[in-house]
Amino acid sequence: MTAKVTIDQEICKGCGLCVPACPRHIVALEADRVNSVGYHTAAVTDLAQCIACGSCARMCPDSAITVERD
Amino acid sequence: MSSVSVVYAKSLGLTDKPMHYCPGCTHGLVHKLVAECLVELGELENTVGVAPVGCAGYAYDYFNCDMQQAAHGRAPAVATGIKRVLPDRTVFTYQGDGDLAAIGTAEIVHAAMRGEKITTIFINNAIYGMTGGQMAPTTLVGQRATTAPQGRDPGHYGYPIRMAELLSTLDGTAYAERVTVVDLPHLNRAKQAIKKAFTLQREGAGFTFVEVLSICPTNWGMAPLQAVDWLREHMIPYYPLGVVKDSSKGGERA
Amino acid sequence: MKKELWKGNEAVAQAAINAGCRYFFGYPITPQNEIPEYMAAHLPEVGGCFLQSESEVAAINMVYGAAGAGARVMTSSSSPGISLKQEGITYLVGSELPAVIVNAMRGGPGLGTIQPAQGDYFQATRGGGNGDYRTVVLAPSSVQEAADLTAEAFDIADQYRNPVLVLMDGMIGQMMEAMTWRPLPRRELPPKTWATTGTGGRREKNIINSWRSSGALLEEHNLHLAEKWRAMEAREVRWEERGAEGAQLLFVAYGTTARLVAGAMEQLEARGVRCALLRPISLWPYPAARLRALAEQPSVRAVFAVELSLGQMVEDVRLAVEGVKPVGFFGRAGGAIPTPREIAEHALDFLEGR
Repeated sequence: MTAKVTIDQEICKGCGLCVPACPRHIVALEADRVNSVGYHTAAVTDLAQCIACGSCARMCPDSAITVERD
Repeated sequence: MSSVSVVYAKSLGLTDKPMHYCPGCTHGLVHKLVAECLVELGELENTVGVAPVGCAGYAYDYFNCDMQQAAHGRAPAVATGIKRVLPDRTVFTYQGDGDLAAIGTAEIVHAAMRGEKITTIFINNAIYGMTGGQMAPTTLVGQRATTAPQGRDPGHYGYPIRMAELLSTLDGTAYAERVTVVDLPHLNRAKQAIKKAFTLQREGAGFTFVEVLSICPTNWGMAPLQAVDWLREHMIPYYPLGVVKDSSKGGERA
Repeated sequence: MKKELWKGNEAVAQAAINAGCRYFFGYPITPQNEIPEYMAAHLPEVGGCFLQSESEVAAINMVYGAAGAGARVMTSSSSPGISLKQEGITYLVGSELPAVIVNAMRGGPGLGTIQPAQGDYFQATRGGGNGDYRTVVLAPSSVQEAADLTAEAFDIADQYRNPVLVLMDGMIGQMMEAMTWRPLPRRELPPKTWATTGTGGRREKNIINSWRSSGALLEEHNLHLAEKWRAMEAREVRWEERGAEGAQLLFVAYGTTARLVAGAMEQLEARGVRCALLRPISLWPYPAARLRALAEQPSVRAVFAVELSLGQMVEDVRLAVEGVKPVGFFGRAGGAIPTPREIAEHALDFLEGR
């Protein structure tokens, strides 16, 4: 199984609600990067650990995250 | 051969329009639950929604179904007009606490009294959001607001209103549940409640109501995750989660 | 055609049903209660729905929802109740929704009295709610006309996607008069493709909405609405004229007052004063051009407005006459009804410069 997590960087507002939702603790806000609006957006720190459960995406108020599995 | 499957993507019940809500605002979560339920029930194309005045005033742009925008507090009356003309459509209102529990109290109580076959999604975040953090009827005792700078004083303003319980006293209310969406287990429960409300509406059971405890990081002056903790610590004890009334077959009554 | 005896309020209700109105939302208030009562009894017979609301505010917002769902819908009330409906009326205009609103006017301000009055003229003809808008205002002066105008109001509302007010006083609503149910001309109307009925998967979503997110967008919307006001001004002005050629005294009065003026005119004619009457039927748009033309006639020495108020329509009379002739006024308020003799005396005093 390969997980694919796509986070729309222009839709993400960096609220962080996805961070505690991840059972593998691999979602974090990027401290050194902002999008065009100035938000520190979310990113997956270690995709190899991702189980494609979709929890981060479900908890995203802006529906910025798409999770797929292959 | 590739066998890519989508685990989660934005609901087709929502439009592509980026939402204007503040970071961490749970309006977006409730929007997607409503949208997902309508899609999963096959009702999206058969639905007319009513948007309120307040932060969710732009909801007409976000839900991917026919929408009407109502005057402040009047969404239940507007929905009544729609439902009486189109009794076989799914009709819902989406309202905040100022809209529903202050200026629109008469409209929501009487829609429930009539057993109006609509579903109301009620966002309780204990504050006026759009206008900048004024005291709401749901503001907790001691909670600060721009119009209660020392915190809500019950001697001056009385005690916060529990709408799910109040509406449950009316025989026209078929279903009332209070939920929250601040973590995944609660989000899943909230989705079940919304789906049940729509299902009961389809069955003609009566008025259906889902109150969603929500965070307002901006006007509470907190980071989103801090606001989640505050909601757990302060709101849930005063506004207990769970089914308040369920008059459907096999339903519970708290 | 067969003459029948009908009470004004009931004739209004039946006319609405004849015009295809199937939804009525309202709240009890005197002197218009026969309208909702008639609707409660007869709308179900034609597959319609009558609903008594918790307030006037709720009623007009139910009208909004039903109109947005594409229905022919109506509400009625009397003055204090119409004040409460102003919120919904301005939203109807902003969201471009057709509906018919009947006001059986009573005395004010405040709770006032249940007796007939014409004190809501300003409110009706200047918009009434917040914002820059107009509604067509039709003022019947008989039971027959109340029925005919109510029926036509639905077509006018649908044609412009704008609410229409039927402004009658409690006298017209309460009186019984002989009338006939004659078939009225129906307008060709566009289909309501904008209505929120559920997309059915066959079209893009529809949105009923009066909000704009910027001043520029709202001004664009205001200018679009103003084009409709101009079209109404061009097509919807109506009035009736009575009286002699070569009139010295030109009366202006609407609704019940026009009937009283007719009596005053007979008395004045008997005393050798030649009189004419312009009765505006549409109070907005106002028959200003016709009034000006009549006032300009060389025989006319004075224009005299009569109202069941202390002077509201007279301002439109002055705006129309623009000083070409002196404009006088007589009115009674608070539910008091002047006698034709009283009107004749005041008009004569004005004409003679007393």
